[in-house]
Amino acid sequence: MKITGANLLRILLERQGIRTIAGIPGGAILPFYDALHGSAIRHVLTRHEQGAGFIAQGMARVTGKAAVCLATSGPGATNLLTAIADARLDSVPLVAITGQVAQSLIGTDAFQEVDTYGLTLPVTKHNFLVRHPAELLEVVPLAFQLAESGRPGPVAIDVPKDVQNATTDVIAWPEPGSPVPLPPCPDEQLDALVRQLTVARHPVLYLGGGVIAAGAADLAQALARRVSAPVVCTLMALGVMPPDDPLFMGMLGMHAAQGTNFLLEEADLLVAIGARFDDRATGKVAEFCPHATIAHIDVDAAEIGKIKPAFLGLVGDAADILCRLLDRLPPQHRPAWRARAAELRTTHPLRHAPRTEDPLHPINLCRFLGELLPPDTIVTTDVGQHQMWVAQAYPVRRPRTLLTSGGLGTMGFGLPAAIGAALALSSVEGLAAPDRRVVCVSGDGSILMNIQELATLAELDLPVAVLIFNNAQLGLVRQQQELFYGRRYEAAHFTAVPDFAALARAFGIRGLRLDPERDPLDRLAEALVAPGPCVIDVPIHEQANVYPMVPPGAANRHMISEPELASAHA
Amino acid sequence: MPDPIPSPIPRENPEMVCHLSNDKPSVVPSGICQLLVDISSGALPAAPAEKPRSICHLSNDKSFEAGTSVLELRVRNHPGTMSHITGLFARRGFNLEAIVCVPVDDGATSCMLLLVAAEPRLEQVERQLAKLYDVLTVRHRPDLRGEFFYQLVPSAAGGIGGDPNGVP
Repeated sequence: MKITGANLLRILLERQGIRTIAGIPGGAILPFYDALHGSAIRHVLTRHEQGAGFIAQGMARVTGKAAVCLATSGPGATNLLTAIADARLDSVPLVAITGQVAQSLIGTDAFQEVDTYGLTLPVTKHNFLVRHPAELLEVVPLAFQLAESGRPGPVAIDVPKDVQNATTDVIAWPEPGSPVPLPPCPDEQLDALVRQLTVARHPVLYLGGGVIAAGAADLAQALARRVSAPVVCTLMALGVMPPDDPLFMGMLGMHAAQGTNFLLEEADLLVAIGARFDDRATGKVAEFCPHATIAHIDVDAAEIGKIKPAFLGLVGDAADILCRLLDRLPPQHRPAWRARAAELRTTHPLRHAPRTEDPLHPINLCRFLGELLPPDTIVTTDVGQHQMWVAQAYPVRRPRTLLTSGGLGTMGFGLPAAIGAALALSSVEGLAAPDRRVVCVSGDGSILMNIQELATLAELDLPVAVLIFNNAQLGLVRQQQELFYGRRYEAAHFTAVPDFAALARAFGIRGLRLDPERDPLDRLAEALVAPGPCVIDVPIHEQANVYPMVPPGAANRHMISEPELASAHA
Repeated sequence: MPDPIPSPIPRENPEMVCHLSNDKPSVVPSGICQLLVDISSGALPAAPAEKPRSICHLSNDKSFEAGTSVLELRVRNHPGTMSHITGLFARRGFNLEAIVCVPVDDGATSCMLLLVAAEPRLEQVERQLAKLYDVLTVRHRPDLRGEFFYQLVPSAAGGIGGDPNGVP
């Protein structure tokens, strides 16, 4: 059977189970768009390729399966790069397909030619430049296999236009790519960890996004309860444990509750699972968990000992390792250690004005959202103060319900990721809940970085609500300038802030601005209950800071806390 | 049952053509050719018949004190592999002093020797290398030294600090 490269690519994606692709067409990818015509694959036309990349990420982060984004050569490819790099740092399975100029033109500085292979190389798990349509039979399943196997990540496939147009013979179809199982972790290492857990007096579990990627949240909870170990989570792991669990200590690191970082000072055994000792989590590495022996469970062997030497490194699938660990571990009661964790949690609450006094304080807002939204609501964030307030105060109750750009910290992530999440809910079997509300919590700085995707949202009419915590600032920049740069504010304040409600309406979306004097939380609740997309502009105090805060580079115990407020309460 | 498909990727394999760094195969200068042939034919010391080292135990190696170590990689031979490997060194801030690469196995794979700084992070370097899809094996070559690389480039004889014009 003779078939063009473009049709071959389309069929391979269909066979892979891909139902939705986000992208923007252009000259070098047009043969593939022609092949999409009439396909069962739904194409979501975004307004910027970065939006397409983050929509795909939203789908992938919700489902755990690789999602696809599409762009043309040159600027299309370069615009995708940020989303690809973001997926790399947060280990999100993604397959990015780009058109490339015809092979006869490669290297001639042709129109919209850029070295996509070279540009994607450092930000992908692997990348391909396809030189013959027949290679697609190998490359496409392999791309999905690589994206989803082991530690997930992005894979880029660059397809020159002549490869899309050329025909090839297909005698048989390859199997769709699927994750390759990992070799099991040796029993001896599990036994060693069991011995460590048995002799430890103050064990702490330090959970990262890898626990969610491995589908091991329930097992991690079971381990914590079995050995009475308090749990700290990275930003990426929020949702692994219900926030009201007595062993849950919340997020660790730069914006942790003080009690959480103090607890880590007292730990004598730190069991890291699917976490990579990121600097925002550890603070000054040399002083992180100074009294603890470290055991590290990770799917990626290169993470063991990368930042902090581990006494014990267990490489493998976290779900498998935790299952086998639980088989070996008798219950351990550590009443004094549990009590100490509870004491640290209750004596170091977040400090902020009460709701009656300041209903639009970001902490109050996040808590209110937690009361209002069902536990399975997917919340996305952008990057900045609002992101940290969500991490501190919004109760993330299930895995994969908080989507946030953790590693790369990309402003502009939230809106397209929310669209992707809503697309997944509307179309993926087993998840289908097309009316399930998705909430994007953003800031007035972040939202403008991909505001054009409101047009995409209006077109799709998905139940995405965008909450803009609006302080007319690059808040986290201003906070750092206030605390560490002698209040020399430079380029942190916006003098022209758009009327976001009117802006939403201009895109054809419901928009409103909350008035702090007129029952703002009631208005917020009404706006979230009403169907369809909406933008809610929430004015917050310009001087509000995220506290506590560990100064960059300092040890985690050196936290700057909220200045005393007369009305502060827990 | 689907029929097996013939290998979809035809591979050119002209003698002594390096596919690794350029899109278009480039012929290796003839002076170096002979040396490369020597390496691939085993005229230069082949790897001792040891099992591939565990990537975890580099620091026990005796050549550690010498300042440099030699890693041997078996990699898939296609355009871009060299970029993946050199790019890894550059972006992770690892030192890469010298590199030699020859196609083996009918050109399907290449054998690469890397001269790297023997620093504590070498173990991390090896683990990161092992993660690259195009890297099939990583092992240590304690039998080889930096001088080996200088033999391949006659005009560099004498090494760092030697006479740049000193062609033997």
